[in-house]
Amino acid sequence: MDLKLVIESLLFTAQKPLSPGELRDVLNKAADEDGAEELVRAFKKTPVEKIEEALHELSKEHEAANRTYRLVCIAGSWQFVTQPEFAPWLRAFLGVKNRPARLSQPGLETLAIIAYRQPITRTEIEQIRGVAVDGVVATLLERNLITQAGRAEVVGRPMTYATTPAFLEYFGLAGLDALPDADELRRIPVQRPDSLLTVDPNLATAPPDLASTPPVPMEFGNPEVPSATPTTAPEEPPIVA
Amino acid sequence: MSNYRVQFEVFEGPLDLLLHLVKKEEVDIYQVNLTRIANEFIAYLNQMQELDLEVAGEFVVMAATLIYIKSRELLPRDQQVAAPGPEEEDGDDPRFELIRRLVEYKKFKDAAAQLQSRETEMGFIYEHRPGSLEFAAQTSPRRPEVSLFDLIGAVSSILKRYNTRDAVGEISADPYTVSEKMEELRTLITTRSSFRFSELFAAARSRTEVVVIFLAMLEMIRLKQFFCFQSADFGEIEVSTRPEPVENPPTPPDESIPPSA
Repeated sequence: MDLKLVIESLLFTAQKPLSPGELRDVLNKAADEDGAEELVRAFKKTPVEKIEEALHELSKEHEAANRTYRLVCIAGSWQFVTQPEFAPWLRAFLGVKNRPARLSQPGLETLAIIAYRQPITRTEIEQIRGVAVDGVVATLLERNLITQAGRAEVVGRPMTYATTPAFLEYFGLAGLDALPDADELRRIPVQRPDSLLTVDPNLATAPPDLASTPPVPMEFGNPEVPSATPTTAPEEPPIVA
Repeated sequence: MSNYRVQFEVFEGPLDLLLHLVKKEEVDIYQVNLTRIANEFIAYLNQMQELDLEVAGEFVVMAATLIYIKSRELLPRDQQVAAPGPEEEDGDDPRFELIRRLVEYKKFKDAAAQLQSRETEMGFIYEHRPGSLEFAAQTSPRRPEVSLFDLIGAVSSILKRYNTRDAVGEISADPYTVSEKMEELRTLITTRSSFRFSELFAAARSRTEVVVIFLAMLEMIRLKQFFCFQSADFGEIEVSTRPEPVENPPTPPDESIPPSA
């Protein structure tokens, strides 16, 4: 018997999403039953990695079969779900899914920053967004999408924030590695442009040497070391408002 | 302070406005003409003032930066004074710093849009959930929710275990806070799907601690992060993170949360 198929039958009848650990427990339990056949006992002590491997294969097979449902991993647990394009009929049949109110734009932006840069302090979030985020952070905390992760080892020991398993469930993510463009967003490489074309071409004083400046790749946003210096410009220039 | 949100709801801050102006130019962020953007940015701020809207400090700081950039470019390169301040060492160009911030902000804005589309999609997918079939080992009927008075009754029976009321003594600072206990409870509850009421208090060392844990629990019930059920009349109250009673009451502790989270 193929391990994949055993797992499929379990997931097919499961009342809740199952983690590889829970699947392993079931395999062990079945093998320990009195008079279990050789076939069943063969799956005793199947390592979790083997089960995970089988789950991924199974998921690929379902994907390839192009059915109306697929096998997905959300927050580390596996389940069958329907493809989104069948929502109109399912909504009519089962009703609208009971989901909390959609997040606001500031909420989503703040959550994205926390998700990619966690653990992160509020000051760091504000440096990226350029506005205060107190209210937004409070809302995200109340909705249990983020949690206090500890304190940063900088002056004032500010609170740091991280996402919760509920965050993964809400967005249907297998884990934090499943965030889109994770590598890029954790440390954003910014190319210094060949030439900074910020100068008004009508100005005769355009710096002539800028065009020859080679691109300098630059990385920033190390989440471990919250910088204490604000990224805004010095205050010297006159405020004309 | 938040007035600008009412009229100009699209712009969540100076970076948002700046990004909008860059988009209007229809050029790459790296190619943008910051001096022109500066003019438009300030025009927008003036408009806000005409509408009698308070201009938030962040916008003013950004305007100052833009004017600074613009003013620098009025000078020939060799006459440009090296800007003071540690951030400006190694010839750091304020234009580049601004572009860097804009790029970073834009990436996260795009990431937020991706999260939003996932959020939408999650409303469109339906889980495969077979109804619970009546098998031999099926569990107890639906348990009624627990009232506040049941909870108070339960906690006072726990308090009886801590009978040593400090008659006279020093008054010391409270070593426990409700928010701290909420944090502990939240961590505890992730390890299992449900808990017996008394288990939450198992580690408590004093009356004060029991009371603080209880307050934390009430707060979490209010926030709908905890739900209480009672499976049998006069049975022990169960605390769970789910609004529905758990199918198999207290599950063994090794059913921990998935490792890959």
